[in-house]
Amino acid sequence: MTGYILKRLVSAIPVLIGITVIVFLIMALIPGDPATAILGSYATPENVERLNRDLGLDKPLVQQYFIWLGNMLTGDFGTSFALNRPVLDEVLERFGATLVLAGTAFVLCSILGVFAGVVSAANQYGLADKTITFVVLLGISIPSFFLGMMMILFFAVNLRWFPVSGMWPIYGDRSFGVLLSHLAMPAIALAVVATGVIARLSRSAMLEVLRQDFIRTARAKGVHERNVVWRHALRAAMVAILPVLGIQAGFVLSGAVYIEIVFQWPGVGRMLVDAILKRDILLVQGGVVFVAACYVIFNIAVDVAQSLLDPRIKT
Amino acid sequence: MLLFHVTRRGLMAAGAALALTLGTVGGAQAQTPPGVLIVGQIAEPKALDPAAVTAVNDFRILMNVYDGLVRYKDGTLEVEPSLATDWEISDDGTVYTFTLREGVKFHDGTDFNAEAVKFNFDRMLNEDHPYYNTGPFPLSFFFSAVESTEVVDELTVRFTLNAPYAPFLSNLAYPTGLIVSPAAVEKYGADFGRNPSGTGPFKFAEWRSNEAVVIEANPDYWDGAPELQAVVFRPITDANTRTAEMLAGGIDLMVEVPPVALSEFQSDAYTVYEQAGPHVWFLILNAKEGPFADRRVRQAANYAVNKEALVNNVLEGTADVAAGPTPPAFAWAYNSDLEPYPYDPDKARELIAEAGAEGAELTFYVTEGGSGMLDPVAMGTAIQADLEAVGFDVKIETYEWNTFLGEVNPGLEGKADMAEMAWMTNDPDTLPFLALRTAAWPDKGGFNSGYYSNPDVDELLEAARVATDQDERARLYKEMQTIVQEDAPWVFVANWKQNAVTSDRVENFTLQPSFFLLLDDVVKK
Repeated sequence: MTGYILKRLVSAIPVLIGITVIVFLIMALIPGDPATAILGSYATPENVERLNRDLGLDKPLVQQYFIWLGNMLTGDFGTSFALNRPVLDEVLERFGATLVLAGTAFVLCSILGVFAGVVSAANQYGLADKTITFVVLLGISIPSFFLGMMMILFFAVNLRWFPVSGMWPIYGDRSFGVLLSHLAMPAIALAVVATGVIARLSRSAMLEVLRQDFIRTARAKGVHERNVVWRHALRAAMVAILPVLGIQAGFVLSGAVYIEIVFQWPGVGRMLVDAILKRDILLVQGGVVFVAACYVIFNIAVDVAQSLLDPRIKT
Repeated sequence: MLLFHVTRRGLMAAGAALALTLGTVGGAQAQTPPGVLIVGQIAEPKALDPAAVTAVNDFRILMNVYDGLVRYKDGTLEVEPSLATDWEISDDGTVYTFTLREGVKFHDGTDFNAEAVKFNFDRMLNEDHPYYNTGPFPLSFFFSAVESTEVVDELTVRFTLNAPYAPFLSNLAYPTGLIVSPAAVEKYGADFGRNPSGTGPFKFAEWRSNEAVVIEANPDYWDGAPELQAVVFRPITDANTRTAEMLAGGIDLMVEVPPVALSEFQSDAYTVYEQAGPHVWFLILNAKEGPFADRRVRQAANYAVNKEALVNNVLEGTADVAAGPTPPAFAWAYNSDLEPYPYDPDKARELIAEAGAEGAELTFYVTEGGSGMLDPVAMGTAIQADLEAVGFDVKIETYEWNTFLGEVNPGLEGKADMAEMAWMTNDPDTLPFLALRTAAWPDKGGFNSGYYSNPDVDELLEAARVATDQDERARLYKEMQTIVQEDAPWVFVANWKQNAVTSDRVENFTLQPSFFLLLDDVVKK
């Protein structure tokens, strides 16, 4: 097992290097440069040239790439042009906020989705199945940012149950309950679509398993139906459900971009959008590399978990 | 069925837990505290170092933390004394001697004096200065005319310019000219932008990244302590979310209200403010080649575009129709005799026929959005329709803002016949000097992307720049506006009115034509 994990980690290195090259090239090739973005109306060729020199952007591209890569290997991601602070500080802080949001949404959608899928499958074509299917299809069909805006209007502006935006109140103490009140709407808005997808796929995975011989045997032996479904069938179905959860974790993380903008959540998605618009090269590069590295590691973790669950998958 | 029991019980437990949480935190969405003004800003500031920033968003905070040697008189764009009580300009317009206010201290306790002023300008302009590396200073060229800054005595400082430069005083009133504490720069170095210290009505308290910048009252302010205890600036980049925060009571003051959201605030619970600013939205016409090389066709375009409909329908009344290249906000330099080109499609067709440009094909550069561009796609489409109505064949090409600047700033030759553009400036000199002179063609490093050239205009602008008498400058600018309007190098479209909304708990708030946000007199109950 250790060997397997090591092998996967080593094979991730070329992927990461590839990512640095791609993200560097994209930022270098898209039109517009940070100096023009900073100077706005005053971007005369003379001013742009002076500012590029001050920002260290007048060197050849290849040289810039290796300086960047070399600095990054020593843990120096550079300084953001637009925010005037170290890229790594900003990314870590923002990533923490994203993890809180996406993590909560992921836990919500995993539990609710699997639960709804199992209940659906156990009552195939029954009332519970039909109700869940209806709600799930509705959830999948609503774009999350629209749902978010509607939730703001209804629960924050009209009912005033929740704050409109942000992660923390701007005054007052920072308790867990206060965080929860800020987190509730964005996490739910973010979880809805993924919950639907997970519910649909869990349902079919469960149906597949429930048809198998060992389930019939269990029932014949007189095992309580609750145990048949939740112990025997669900465990077997998890092998098929787990990769779905892994993929949905990716979707939740990328879907967080819209939700972070709507709810002004100080996460990494919103940061990247702002940074791209301002041509904040180092912040975009640093942010993308960091997030990509997390994806890679997360995928390895899912594969490992899957091989632990199902010994048939070779390590 | 058994399963369903579990579900229902589970749901009820979860529901009860949620209701409990809601009950406890529901009370937390109370009103904002009295004496503390919460401002909904459009973005996270870059830094609180006035020499290092370029965005109006950052200026809105800075103007409350720092003072300059001079400032704009309330409600105008004319300078008045601030940290300098008086000044003298030599007859040739190259030596400015300022007398400084006595007894002013920076928030960090150090003295404001002539040494501090010299430190500020040397830091920005002199590459050998030990703190030049706390930059870059993108707008330092505002003071590129400054050859040297000398300390005459403790409270007298003298600037020597390399040539007469009339906009010098209004550039000093611009945020780039705000005076920072040398001791704080020495202490924090490149981190000064997050540990600012000035002489203004409010002093910096706290900056929580992506959440809030907090400033609190400076009780010893030389111009009288502010009424508020503190101001909190919250970055809320999404305009819809900003509107929702205002409606939900999460902020007390909101700037840059989207036109479509203004109707939400038409009740007694809110006050809507409007103020025309030094902004002009126009179409650059390619006067070098193609149909617009003919002045009659350029004038025809001015007659053909229905500007009233643009400002009232597309912009929902958030702008006025522009008459010429200089915004009326520069009251002293604005030629109020100018009337905007009326909407007259018949006259336009006549002029087009005279010039033989019927059915001409036009390439029109439109941007998706950008600083001061208002609603460029909708405006571009409406303009396209107006121009097609008088017989042009208009093809729109849309670009993202930075790409757009990259296409337009190097000049339209060989690419396009017209392009959208907007400018916001602090002196009537800036825009025409950078965008209408022959010497400002793109190949010479200016912004005259449509290659307009008129020796009379060149001469007037050069003369206005070196004139030290304001009345004389005003006369020159007014003459320039008459000629430029007649020559029609641009289609003059709109002057944006900045807006803001406050809740009914906020009093004594006004918007300034400079678009700065000055909060020292504001009261919040």
